[in-house]
Amino acid sequence: MIGYFKNIWDGFYSLLAGMSVTIRYFFKPIVTVQYPREKLEMSPSYRGHIELVIDEETKTHRCIACEMCSRICPSQLITVEGVKVGKKKLPVKHYIEYQYCSLCGLCIESCPTKALKWSNEYRLAGYTRKSCEVDLLARLQQQQRLLGYPPTPIPEPVPEEEAAAAEAEAKAKAEAKKVSEKEEPPKKEEAPAAEVKKE
Amino acid sequence: MVGAPPAAPLPETENGKTETHMETAATIFGSDLFRMIVGLIGVIALVSVNALFLIWMERKVAAHMQLRPGPMEVGWHGAIQTIADALKLLGKELITPEDVDRPVYLLAPIVIFLPVLVSFLVIPFAPKLIIRDMHVGVLLILSFATLTVLAILMAGWASNNKYSVFGAIRSVAQNVAYEIPLLITVMSIILMVGSFSLVDIVKAQERYWFILIQPLAFILYITCATAETNRAPFDLPEAESELVAGFHTEYSGMRFALFFLAEYTNMFIVSALATVFFLGGWRGPFLPGWAWFLIKVYAMIFLIMWFRWTFPRVRFDQLITFAWKILIPLAFANLLLTAFVMKLF
Repeated sequence: MIGYFKNIWDGFYSLLAGMSVTIRYFFKPIVTVQYPREKLEMSPSYRGHIELVIDEETKTHRCIACEMCSRICPSQLITVEGVKVGKKKLPVKHYIEYQYCSLCGLCIESCPTKALKWSNEYRLAGYTRKSCEVDLLARLQQQQRLLGYPPTPIPEPVPEEEAAAAEAEAKAKAEAKKVSEKEEPPKKEEAPAAEVKKE
Repeated sequence: MVGAPPAAPLPETENGKTETHMETAATIFGSDLFRMIVGLIGVIALVSVNALFLIWMERKVAAHMQLRPGPMEVGWHGAIQTIADALKLLGKELITPEDVDRPVYLLAPIVIFLPVLVSFLVIPFAPKLIIRDMHVGVLLILSFATLTVLAILMAGWASNNKYSVFGAIRSVAQNVAYEIPLLITVMSIILMVGSFSLVDIVKAQERYWFILIQPLAFILYITCATAETNRAPFDLPEAESELVAGFHTEYSGMRFALFFLAEYTNMFIVSALATVFFLGGWRGPFLPGWAWFLIKVYAMIFLIMWFRWTFPRVRFDQLITFAWKILIPLAFANLLLTAFVMKLF
């Protein structure tokens, strides 16, 4: 009998306890962020696509167009073309096809000048595959303008004839080297054989 | 006003008919027909605006209890969202499944909506702001509320869908079981006032509201009221996550909107009754009577919504146990205690 009333009382009290929780939550501020109108701060360790680092002292990038990143990329999506400007080599084209990127980070690790880093970019919706391609030099110029630094000019690419001539020269050199290598080894093989025969 | 006699006998007019309160209202408005038309228009307007407001309020209350903003896009803080939803429902195709029991299927939404409209006849928004103050006001509302059960059974059975039938059967068992403590609790109040007329009940709360002297009755009434309107935690018939939509699964577009409308209007009626029985109706210090009435009604509605977003749904056997083994004995005890106290003092 007492158990019956105690049961009722316990149940009723638990209902009131539950209601007190809900009414407290009713007056708390909301925790959702209304996305297009309010945005959250991205953490600095977020991995977006790669971008060129703006060096503190020179206020420009550190890329020397060595093409290490494009060689090591497992999806082969980085394209780098460089040109000699004075003593240094600078990139003329440096873009990634981000639709294939697996965010492995090998390009960042392999860069000898530490010129690449992860960006914070998450607003990447687009209507075509083409819109996923990111031009890193253009992005660098945008960022420099926003920071008030002078934008790095993109050097002139090597004109067609010179490039063709340089290729032809390189080819000729390689062929000459091959021919000279063919002649030498037979001579070297005969000499030791002859020595063995004598002894 | 414990133990007061019923309202004083009313004066007789020339043709020998008793002059009721409605005659008083007729002298203000003019002719009988005019008053009826005004009342009808007022009720329909009230039902529509109320549903519009309540759906928005429910979504906002639910959202803030879950620490999120709710509808924010359409209009200021989502105020027009309900209109957008209503337009969407109006534009939907009315799909009638094969092999439904056509007359019953088509009548069910109408049968669930009309009794609720009728119940508005006797709700006192202010001392004179009532369509017809009948001597049997409470009885009218309670009997028309029972028609909802019939409508649910019609909807579930005619849908040619065994899960809808489950929902309907659960609803019938639930409504019948919770009707009893509801009536007994209302009886204790009527015993104190001595009249079924809603205006008399409010007038009897001159000195103190009845919630102060009958708190147990209030708790019982609110519990039975949530069960009668099929609101959570007693919403097994709808059972949104179990039976798709329970008895109204097979209804689309405007027919579904009628069920929805009936549910929210039922909630208003039940809260209005709670206000009249326990919270003193239109009484309050500065604001006009109807303002206080609406404030109290919406406070009660907020309470019902608060229940929905706090408690999990009860299992069917827990539901029935709760009604028959706990609520009915408590209601009887309350009635006996009231009768006792009234006899002694």
